[in-house]
Amino acid sequence: MASRTIKVDYLSRVEGEAALKVVVRNGEVKSAALSIFEPPRFFEALLRGRAFSEAPDITARICGICPVAYQMSAVHAMEHALGISVGGQLRDLRRLLYCGEWIESHTLHVHMLHAPDFLGYDGAIDMARDHGEAVTRGLALKKVGNEIIALLGGREIHPINVRVGGFYRVPTRKDFARLAESLKRAREAALESVQWVASFDFPERVRDYTFVALRHPDEYPFNEGRIVSNRGLDIAAPEYDDHFEETHVAHTTALQSRLRGSGSYLVGPLARYNLNFDKLSPLAQQSAREAGLDAICTNPYRSIVVRAVEALYACDEALRIIDAYEEPDRPAVPLEPRAGVGFAATEAPRGLLYHRYRLEQDGSIAEARIIPPTSQNQQCIEEDLVSHIGGFLDLPDEALQHRCEQTVRNYDPCISCATHFLRLEIDRA
Amino acid sequence: MTETSGRCLVLCIGHPDRGDDAAGRAVARRLNGTLPAGVTLVEEDGDALSILVRLEGVQTAFLVDACVSGAPAGTIRRLDVSRAPLPKDAFGISTHGLGVVEAIEIARTVGRLPHRCVIYAIEGASFEIGEPLSPGVAQAVEEVVGCLRTELEG
Repeated sequence: MASRTIKVDYLSRVEGEAALKVVVRNGEVKSAALSIFEPPRFFEALLRGRAFSEAPDITARICGICPVAYQMSAVHAMEHALGISVGGQLRDLRRLLYCGEWIESHTLHVHMLHAPDFLGYDGAIDMARDHGEAVTRGLALKKVGNEIIALLGGREIHPINVRVGGFYRVPTRKDFARLAESLKRAREAALESVQWVASFDFPERVRDYTFVALRHPDEYPFNEGRIVSNRGLDIAAPEYDDHFEETHVAHTTALQSRLRGSGSYLVGPLARYNLNFDKLSPLAQQSAREAGLDAICTNPYRSIVVRAVEALYACDEALRIIDAYEEPDRPAVPLEPRAGVGFAATEAPRGLLYHRYRLEQDGSIAEARIIPPTSQNQQCIEEDLVSHIGGFLDLPDEALQHRCEQTVRNYDPCISCATHFLRLEIDRA
Repeated sequence: MTETSGRCLVLCIGHPDRGDDAAGRAVARRLNGTLPAGVTLVEEDGDALSILVRLEGVQTAFLVDACVSGAPAGTIRRLDVSRAPLPKDAFGISTHGLGVVEAIEIARTVGRLPHRCVIYAIEGASFEIGEPLSPGVAQAVEEVVGCLRTELEG
């Protein structure tokens, strides 16, 4: 019986590098091994000895696509260590900043990276020839995400206006006038994007996943909430290490996260959606229903629809926050350095992002731990490849390669920015 | 990062903490505050959608990025992409999987390519996180800075 080895080497894209090897024996996928380079490890070392106040700017450099997520987990963990909490308008402004990042990140993935997989194109360039309107819509959405980040973050890439305790400066109501108009148009564009991706053909593949996401009693989660799962997990961020562990596996230098005693789990849009559908805005819920989604979705290929729904929600939520905004009395809550340990988890576009810091008496960082969503999803991605690729083994090699890429891209891992990170090799025994 | 208004754009792309990938960013830092009025200088990490947004409404664009083609470190390529698509192997591998080349060709397809569009690609050797520019690339950065000043003043 012929065997095929799909070996995938290569890098590309600065935010991440990866290699993937799928081994097929006797008509079955025997194993899938994904190794991912992890930038946070370097930054954990870089953070040691630095002042707690430097963490937002340093961690923002970890990822060019989701700097806000790193900043948010960092400031919440630091505030936990320092014994302060940030509420009111400052809290809402943080949610607004997160809206900007979700819009940017989801739009890039939906419109440029994942859609070509479903429409049968090699990549975004080929797709743009036939779907110029969708590309233009993606650009409009990206632009409004940029506007939010620039207004609140101080600049569009590696924002610098975020600080432990709040912001360096806060906008006035007037500052939001133009943004609100842009967001209203963007919300219409986001609605069209949901309808566009809902029309794609989706492989019928489902699995019994363990979904893990934040859940908050009053809102769809960005910054705060308990860490919950569909299997009864319900913990606060400080309990994370009691329930999750990182392990070394042979094929990768990166650590893989798993739930102690039960194994793989899935974080990201699908998990958030399944655990928080009731917290989406009425418009987002309605668009999800019209797009053919139930309140629970276990087909990872439909994650592109969920991402589009979340981008729509982010536009809707941004408008709600702007409408209710009143300039706070001060841009940040006062704080004093002290020794302590702080924990936080927030919802990066790609899923749960956990930070833990130990501070010395003078506020310098003694230890830093950062667990990004991609390393949490790694085992789940490998299991999906074993489970979901089996039915596609009759495909020619090139088509099979695309299916592997599409399956990995369901998770929008950092490496997915590389459109062709897979190199196919066939080993016929 | 410096931004001034204008329809002439210098877009410097790369990750500041990844060895030679910072070549574009190093060019931006050398040019910062020295460009003629009306020229916008922007740094980007390099995803295609971000680049496409930057190109909107721009008449003349110069893009600077690191690349990997197997040439000696610090090799500079000047590619005028205004009229014809890039040959597939002209750039080598961009350090951004969906990056400059894709952004340029998508812009061309959807009618958003600047009237004049030139890429400076600097061959990188090492992309290790936390490492500085390698000597050949650091020298190339200076050369590209000089070339861009000439282009923008000419």
